[in-house]
Amino acid sequence: MKMTRMAAVLAVTMTAAAPALAETLHFPMLNYRTGPFAPGGIAFADGYQDYLTLINERDGGINGVPIRMTECETAYNTERGVECYQGIRGDNPLVLQPLSTGITYQLIPRTMEDRVPMHTMGYGRTSAVNGEVFNWTFNYPANYWDGASVIINYLLEENDGSLDGKKIVLLYHNSAYGREPIPTLTRLSEREGFELLTIGVDSPGQEQGSQWLQIRRERPDYVVMWGWGVMNAVAIQEAANIRFPMENFIGVWWSGSEQDVRPAGQGAHGYKSLAMHGTGRDYPVYDDIQEYVIDRGLNAGTGDEVGTVLYSRGMYAAMLAVEAAKRAQELHDTDVITPAMMRDGMANLVITEELMEELGLPGFGPAFEVSCDNHGGSGEAMIQQWDANEGTWNLITDWIAPDRELIMEMVMEDSLAYARENDIEPQCLEMAGD
Amino acid sequence: MPDTMLFAMEAALNGLTAGVMYALVALGFVLIFKASGIFNFSQGVMALFAALTLVGLQSGQVPFAHLINAIFGTRIHYFGWTLPTLVAIAGTVAVMVAFAWLVERYIFRHLVNQEPIILFMATIGLAYFLEGLGDVMWGAEVKRLDVGIPQGMSGTVDDLTFAWFGYGFYMDTLELWAALIAGVLVLSLILFSQYTKQGRALRAVADDHQAALSVGISLRFIWVLVWSMAGIVALVAGMMWGAKSGVQFSLSLIALKALPVLILGGFTSIPGAIVGGLIIGVGERLFDFFLGPIIGGATENWFAYMLALVFLLFRPQGLFGEKIIERV
Repeated sequence: MKMTRMAAVLAVTMTAAAPALAETLHFPMLNYRTGPFAPGGIAFADGYQDYLTLINERDGGINGVPIRMTECETAYNTERGVECYQGIRGDNPLVLQPLSTGITYQLIPRTMEDRVPMHTMGYGRTSAVNGEVFNWTFNYPANYWDGASVIINYLLEENDGSLDGKKIVLLYHNSAYGREPIPTLTRLSEREGFELLTIGVDSPGQEQGSQWLQIRRERPDYVVMWGWGVMNAVAIQEAANIRFPMENFIGVWWSGSEQDVRPAGQGAHGYKSLAMHGTGRDYPVYDDIQEYVIDRGLNAGTGDEVGTVLYSRGMYAAMLAVEAAKRAQELHDTDVITPAMMRDGMANLVITEELMEELGLPGFGPAFEVSCDNHGGSGEAMIQQWDANEGTWNLITDWIAPDRELIMEMVMEDSLAYARENDIEPQCLEMAGD
Repeated sequence: MPDTMLFAMEAALNGLTAGVMYALVALGFVLIFKASGIFNFSQGVMALFAALTLVGLQSGQVPFAHLINAIFGTRIHYFGWTLPTLVAIAGTVAVMVAFAWLVERYIFRHLVNQEPIILFMATIGLAYFLEGLGDVMWGAEVKRLDVGIPQGMSGTVDDLTFAWFGYGFYMDTLELWAALIAGVLVLSLILFSQYTKQGRALRAVADDHQAALSVGISLRFIWVLVWSMAGIVALVAGMMWGAKSGVQFSLSLIALKALPVLILGGFTSIPGAIVGGLIIGVGERLFDFFLGPIIGGATENWFAYMLALVFLLFRPQGLFGEKIIERV
């Protein structure tokens, strides 16, 4: 009898709670605040969370519907990331941001099956650009192959249009992530006539003595780095140790944060990296974050990391997610959206310079449009350079476009091969409810 | 001399200094295992914790600042002063001694006479606790560690080898200093264990702790002593490795580098830790030099274990370890 009464109370409670839960927009966060990659994961997670908090505090949510955030710790571990996904998949997650290429690869088939959209901003499976095969995965505004191509385009510009006879080393994290740029760089080396040498570093990358001895022997003109976590800091220190010219050392956007260069002190001066967005607190949005989030004590972290590279990236990812949700609300003429509607918002996202200005982020990211045949945005990136004296990253170029013709050719090859292996018939999805 | 030969020599020399860095970590394991039979899983985290404490003291960071700020709504992070390196090192040593006392008082005192596996499990728990404590106490961000030891290419080695071979070898000054410091450390440990009363007591406990107890040696004191010594070794290892990569969580993973060194050198031998470190260091550099380009590189994580496995087949107790024979 007691049990029956308890069950009845529980049922009433759940029924009463259900509308409250349904009238929120669930943005899950697969973060890593622990483990060897935590310093990067924390800053990104704080930026992501603070922006969503800002939307709730300043605007009362997205078009008045509050955002509900949930957090699951992955420790940058693929198995734990998949477990996190299993825990939230039934809770209307509007968009997943796994923040790990390894987890992304595991979640692509699962999210396709569960019809949950996933945004892998600047990481993950590059060929997800083809939205006809990867209906539920998006990787705008840029991906690894774009990044590799932008670096080569920048070096071409620096070398009067020719890299013929040059030697370029790719120092990569020996993981799915680190190996992503190899096909693009190989193709580009054949086309541009430079010699490509690839050197792997096992995770986490604390020890790189052998690799840098090899680089010293090979005397390359440039070193390109695809690193993450401690690997970046050690590589920059080792480059300084062997007196490799820092201005010829260029990292991907995951190898270009303050914590990568600071441990090397003055030795890191002149190091360059790709930038997929602006950095620093000189954007009006930070005034709002200060007023509505930090001053109210609602910030996710300590507040020290606001405006740093990885915090900015987390905030940018949240901003793009919010704009996609707004687009979904507009497309479906409803404020409370489902994951399928969110996918439509992402697939029809339009980011203009005017919109960026309106959001308090003028010039922070590129203008781009997403469509079924391009889930990857514009692919543009800038080059930033570390000034160890001032302790700041300075942008030294404008947006540089990648070689999209080559990349789309590779995207089609890879995505269609994936479609064949997985019995997927490439097609654009209809809008939810159509 | 052919270029390949010169490059191989350079790789081998670098392997020797890298081996010393591995040995620095392995020494801490040996000290505790020798005195108490405990395989201290938390040795790597102790190196991280010691390095975090050193940076924190040097820069005048307020311990538990994030926690204090979260509870009281304050915004304090630094005291506003900095400490000279030597004073900060002395402070860190004091913290590590206090840590050793706490470990003995609250963990191992209650586990005397337990199976080795129980003691091992306790150190796993300790590792996770210390990892979290380090984060809460000093924050998880990457910290720059500068203890005044020069880094970068050694000009002397470069000039000398250039004069001899017409090719300047690369050697990291920091690793040369690490070799010197490791030498001093090992010498101090040997002198301490041979010529001091506490050192003799330590050896007595290592040989037969029941016999040592029967002649009035305090097991508790010895455990505090040995954990303090391991804490100091962890501080030295944390300083050297932290200077290379900044102080961050990954520092705790350097313990993984020590395991093959221990298998090779033996779990109970201080000279074994040094020799094991050197063999692993040279072995992995030469392997990477000759075979790395063929097999695609990235050999540093597994080669040492493979080498240790080969040694295990022929000499399970390691090069200098004690052969344990149990009769049934």
